[in-house]
Amino acid sequence: MRPMLLVGGRVIDPSRGFDEPADVLLVDGMIAAVGRGFGRPDEVELLDVAGLVVAPGLVDVHTHLREPGQEDRETIATGAMAAAAGGFTAICAMPNTDPPIDNQSAVGFVVKQGAAAAGARVYPIGAISLGQRGEQLAEFGELVGAGAVAVSDDGHPVASGHMMRTALEYARTFGIPVADHCEEPTLAARGVMHEGVVATRLGLKGIPAAAEEIMVARDILLARHTGGHVHLCHMSTRGSVELIRRAKEQGSRVTAEACPHHFSLTHEACAGYNTNAKMNPPLREPEDVEAIRRGLKDGTIDCIATDHAPHHYDAKEREFDDAPFGIVGLETALGLGVTTLVDGGVLTLSELLDRMSTVPARVFGLPGGSLAPGQPADIVVFDPAAQWTVDPGRFRSKSRNTPFAGWELRGRVLRTIVGGRLMYQAA
Amino acid sequence: MSAPVRTSLLDAQAIGRALHRMALEIVALAGGTERLVLVGIQRRGVELAERIGVLLRREHGADVQHGALDITLYRDDLNEIGPRPVIGETRLPHELDGKVIVIVDDVLFTGRTIRAALDQIADFGRPARIGLAVLIDRGGRELPIQADIVGERVPARPGDRVDVLLAEVDGRDAVELVRGSAA
Amino acid sequence: MTPTLGKDLLGLEPLSGEQLRLILDTAEPFKEVSERAIKKVPTLRGKTIVNLFFESSTRTRISFEFAEKRLSADTVNIAGSGSSVQKGETLVDTARNLEAMRIDMVVMRHPSSGAARFLAERIRSNVVNAGDGTHEHPTQGLLDLLTIRDRLGRIEGAKVCICGDILHSRVARSNIWGLLKLGAHVAVCGPQSLLPRGIEELGVTVFRRIEDAIAWADVLNVLRLQLERMNAGFIPSLREYYRVFGVTVERLERAPRDLVILHPGPMNRGVEIDSRVADGPHSVILHQVTNGVAVRMAVLYLLAGGRPELAEAAKSGREGGE
Repeated sequence: MRPMLLVGGRVIDPSRGFDEPADVLLVDGMIAAVGRGFGRPDEVELLDVAGLVVAPGLVDVHTHLREPGQEDRETIATGAMAAAAGGFTAICAMPNTDPPIDNQSAVGFVVKQGAAAAGARVYPIGAISLGQRGEQLAEFGELVGAGAVAVSDDGHPVASGHMMRTALEYARTFGIPVADHCEEPTLAARGVMHEGVVATRLGLKGIPAAAEEIMVARDILLARHTGGHVHLCHMSTRGSVELIRRAKEQGSRVTAEACPHHFSLTHEACAGYNTNAKMNPPLREPEDVEAIRRGLKDGTIDCIATDHAPHHYDAKEREFDDAPFGIVGLETALGLGVTTLVDGGVLTLSELLDRMSTVPARVFGLPGGSLAPGQPADIVVFDPAAQWTVDPGRFRSKSRNTPFAGWELRGRVLRTIVGGRLMYQAA
Repeated sequence: MSAPVRTSLLDAQAIGRALHRMALEIVALAGGTERLVLVGIQRRGVELAERIGVLLRREHGADVQHGALDITLYRDDLNEIGPRPVIGETRLPHELDGKVIVIVDDVLFTGRTIRAALDQIADFGRPARIGLAVLIDRGGRELPIQADIVGERVPARPGDRVDVLLAEVDGRDAVELVRGSAA
Repeated sequence: MTPTLGKDLLGLEPLSGEQLRLILDTAEPFKEVSERAIKKVPTLRGKTIVNLFFESSTRTRISFEFAEKRLSADTVNIAGSGSSVQKGETLVDTARNLEAMRIDMVVMRHPSSGAARFLAERIRSNVVNAGDGTHEHPTQGLLDLLTIRDRLGRIEGAKVCICGDILHSRVARSNIWGLLKLGAHVAVCGPQSLLPRGIEELGVTVFRRIEDAIAWADVLNVLRLQLERMNAGFIPSLREYYRVFGVTVERLERAPRDLVILHPGPMNRGVEIDSRVADGPHSVILHQVTNGVAVRMAVLYLLAGGRPELAEAAKSGREGGE
């Protein structure tokens, strides 16, 4: 592998509070030097990145890659490519596949497919319970041994308080987070969108904010009780942000993520029965969006995750009640972050990259998220000012289900480097 | 397209004379006023039937029965013209069997309106006879329908329009030919 | 310029007050058609209408059928059951098949909210929503409006309270939109477990006790209480519902004025409404049924005539790409 030198960019490394013009030297798949005036090795490949931002590659702790079982929607290979196209160098794959990733050989399969993919690194998340049925704990030790970086029953909430408690206690041995999809099942039953005036107008069954908040509160209390690390997935309500803020003040081991759609859209996006605005947790009210943004700013919400959820094109082409939840997110996340949060005056560019790279890597204990010498050469190069139009037809993902089609976004990924290799280059 | 040219065909007095003569002919056609029902077609036909009724009362002392027809629902050209949202009243005497109905309308042109009126009357009953009295016959029939009684015959070209204006509706009485206006 | 309805009737929410008045005014002459010895006019001769009912309904389907037949349309009834998922064929496939058969209009009832709009966006034929999930039932709303106008002589300024299970009621939503757009004061009354969240934001008053609603209103529209709501835990029992929310003679006797009582049917006598009220002088329930045919004739007539240029517009809009 030839050494690579990225010349003339604006280097932002939130892990070290670094934001200045500098060159970055990559040798043997690692960061060798960041700065100016260091010697150039022989045969170095020069990459002119003048006017562009060079940052640690983005890390997504929440994706659904659909393999095994639903390869018509996405595969690990296409998901990893889509991730690289979105500036991600590492993604975590949720275990709600068919069959679910609830044993060591299944984890091994994801690792193997990930290693073969030409894109972002793929880290498996194992199931909390066998078959994600919420009845019997999965073998965390074997899952971690095979490469799992966290456990989650995402796609389903952990309904049983006892199961959640046990998972948090048992996970302490392996130092992994337990990621929960917070949804009180009886309150959310048959709901298809946020319970509010838009659902009332459309005559759709609502999912109340309380359905999420009750489980957030439970998980916080159980984290405090057990000392375990709970990671709260895709937070969507102002009440959840409040609960997490208080929990952190009290020192509980709670981390939380929010998705680009939850800081960019409100429940009004469902008007006209737009099935591409159907997701779980649902799009909420403007006050909730505001709270999520504030939570990201003050660190209550630790990181941004996409909840990338590919669906076959005709799955969304049906009645709202019958359409599946979820949207693809890998290829629009950075653009939405730059446009909504940075241009919107919520975060600085450095803070955005912190929430999309440094923090998620730290929360899940993954390599990357830093340009410190000795770290893996996982890098995104993007133009924060370049404007582009979201065209789902050009997605690397196999699926096209996005509510952002036609949106004008700023922040365009130009190159993604994983382990010193160029995995994506914009046309 | 050049600006349409408007020429007067009948003034108020001429209309009055025409109606007077029509009233006499209607009585002759119906063999008196006893079985006569005057049915005007919405909307100016209704006004004309009303005026003829007044003449008959004044000159024959007879109160003839009146009716009104809105033939909108019986038109065969809904697709071409779009709906006419305000559908006028349709009102016919309860019993039509054995009556002599005289349909009154302002202008006879293609005959389609009268065809629709005949269909509609047939859905209400079976009169002994149906006659047709029109103030203006402008020619241009598309169906084998002719009037029994005509106030005035006006040779109009296909692109022309004949406007019948009545004081009750339009503020003045006049019949005007509008030449060269799009149909 | 007189307003038109556009290609479809999907709900009353998208309509203007002017469009609502157009439908009600057009319904007037159709009332008279139904009084004739020969209750049939040739207006829609040669038009094909499909009545596509994915949910069982006797009275709405029959009312539409009468309306269609009195306008001389050719009608085909298709009864599906349950949602499209249970049925096997997706709604989009159903839509494509209907389109391929070159039908003129579809009257559809469907258990999913938004299904009528979904269909309307995918076919050129006119679509009339005969009830979609818990969203809207616009022709029921229109016949209620017509009945209120017949009885009170006006809708503007009238105080109308819709009573019962608002949460699951498409009739309630269509009534709320129609009444508000025509200037009525609208209230709802029922146990809060059956009131949708944010209903006040639509511009309606909420009464928690039926006595307060009766003291306020000129008109009560008493909704049918679906018996399965009890099993789903929204209310404790039908007996208690009748005790607390039932519209009874005793409660009406204490009203400051004579009320007009509407009910969309079918009634649960002794649950939401006392039999003596349903059969009493305040009830206009049968008048509603009569008006239902007239209103549906008006809607079909207006949509049929509005078709060519609007279908063109819809087509060119669609060809712009997804």
